[in-house]
Amino acid sequence: MTSTTRTKLEVRQLDAWFGTTQALHDIGLAIPERAATAIIGPSGCGKSTLIRCLNRMHEIVPGARVSGQVLLDGEDIYRPGVDPVQVRARVGMVFQRPNPFPTMSIYDNAAAGLLLSGGRRSRADLDAAVEHSLRQAALWDEVEDSLDASGVSISGGQQQRLCIARALAVEPEVILMDEPCSALDPIATTKIEALIHELKAQYTIVIVTHSMQQAARVSDYTVFMYLGKLIEFGSTERLFTTPQKKETEDYITGRFG
Amino acid sequence: MDSESLEAPWMAARPTVRSTVPRRRNVGDRVFRLLTASFGLTLLLVVASIFLVLCYQSRDAVRTFRWAFLTTSVWDPVAREFGALPLIYGTIVSSLLALAQAIPLSVGTALFLSELAPSWVRAPVSFLVELLATIPSVVYGLWGIFVLVPWMRSYIGPALSGTLGFLPMFSGPNYGVGMLTASMILAVMIVPYITSVAHEVFQAVPAAQREAALALGATRWEMIRLAVLPYGRTGVIGAVMLGLGRAIGETMAVTMVIGNRADVSLSVFAPASTMASVIANEFTEATYDLYLQALVEVGLVLLVVTVVVNVLARLLVWRVAAPAGGGH
Ligand SMILES: Nc1ncnc2c1ncn2[C@@H]1O[C@H](COP(=O)(O)OP(=O)(O)OP(=O)(O)O)[C@@H](O)[C@H]1O
Ligand SMILES: [Mg+2]
Repeated sequence: MTSTTRTKLEVRQLDAWFGTTQALHDIGLAIPERAATAIIGPSGCGKSTLIRCLNRMHEIVPGARVSGQVLLDGEDIYRPGVDPVQVRARVGMVFQRPNPFPTMSIYDNAAAGLLLSGGRRSRADLDAAVEHSLRQAALWDEVEDSLDASGVSISGGQQQRLCIARALAVEPEVILMDEPCSALDPIATTKIEALIHELKAQYTIVIVTHSMQQAARVSDYTVFMYLGKLIEFGSTERLFTTPQKKETEDYITGRFG
Repeated sequence: MDSESLEAPWMAARPTVRSTVPRRRNVGDRVFRLLTASFGLTLLLVVASIFLVLCYQSRDAVRTFRWAFLTTSVWDPVAREFGALPLIYGTIVSSLLALAQAIPLSVGTALFLSELAPSWVRAPVSFLVELLATIPSVVYGLWGIFVLVPWMRSYIGPALSGTLGFLPMFSGPNYGVGMLTASMILAVMIVPYITSVAHEVFQAVPAAQREAALALGATRWEMIRLAVLPYGRTGVIGAVMLGLGRAIGETMAVTMVIGNRADVSLSVFAPASTMASVIANEFTEATYDLYLQALVEVGLVLLVVTVVVNVLARLLVWRVAAPAGGGH
């Protein structure tokens, strides 16, 4: 990490449980602002759990619990008295499978977050915000003429970009993506990756991915996890060329297991 | 989740609808298939024969009154006049009034059970709600006569006419028995049906939908508004129609508190009659053939209305049971 990058999210001594099973062990990590950080590791190593701890989504699973700190701009989001709803408005999330609201139009999906918490806006304001977020998600040109069509009437890749637009519309500072391309074909994947490239100029992005190629293509920093522990963290280039831990090397060279 | 009595009315139609039995054939499969198919067929035959018998037993009444049976409003067996309009009106109005009271209560309870209640509250509450469905109709009727009717006469009725008495709905004499009392009993009786189906529908909302809303910064209530209610909308409508189907056909409890007067009145305090209550009340007193036939024709109308409402309800609930997409 160069000295000019500022830390957006800092994870300190984070443990996470599902009931009595511990899924994360003592994670410590500083995620830089306006950059893409990838989380890689074998299935079940805790990537999703970690990313869901960053916007307090972990705790909505019954029996799930967290200890430790996650500092967003230096403020602990797990401090007593912090409203998880406020945290989630600042730290948005895109899921593995596209999940637009099926009964809503494309327009209403993009506007969904804007209408929350008494967000009274004029129609013109809303129109502008919807167009802006759909353009940011590189979807506007494809749906401009069918904004009233159902949010699930478009292709899977388009649905995922609609979900990205929906997350962007509430103007979060951080966007978490949990394997956003795993349900998509290669062309749709390319589009989303290009989009991440665009977005990281403005947003802090954390992306979980199963594909090391994808991590190498889109991310500036990479976290390698194994069995609920953080094994190695560093710039993507460094981690892939000169891994310092044996587990990391085994994983990226495909000699794992 | 459902008790047997809740499942029963919908099970009937299933075997005949399900046609995608696995291709793999062996003797056991074939026997099983034959058996279930014949059960399904038997049920269908029973329904068809009920319909035919009702048609046959009411043939003279149908021939005599034609469409006037459904459109005239004098039901006077002494004068040999049979216009079923007041009964149809009574059935529709009492059922709709019951829905108006039952929907908020049921949907609220179902939301509480699926979204808010901690698990140690959920089980006993849903058990109690389902228990309501097992209480015999005549027991509800007794409760109505001894509790609800006096309440209506001394508290609820006066309170309503005191505040909303300027509306024709809430004016006129209040005897305790009448349309409103019947609808309140009906509401209590259909709440468990609507609640348990709506609860199932809400539980079927995919976690991905809820998480999508929460991740946008939705509060719990906003999550319900954004993800749960729209996703469950069709299913809840189906649940409400199931309740409606039951309210329309409910007989005993209604007969005991509705006052049994075949009049069309705007006032909800006025005594009224429903199709079912008239049949129950007058069947043993039908002293001549045309009277009996007219009652059977009322039964025929009731059957047709109930079947239509229930089929629509089932279709709606089924559509939700196999959702189109938008989550895992
Ligand atoms: N809802 C849950 N209840 C109990 N245990 C869970 C739950 N979700 C995950 N786990 C456990 O927590 C551990 C971490 O799971 P997690 O989903 O974070 O892994 P992951 O790295 O995202 O895996 P994948 O690459 O397959 O998505 C696993 O051992 C898993 O079995
Ligand atoms: Mg995962």
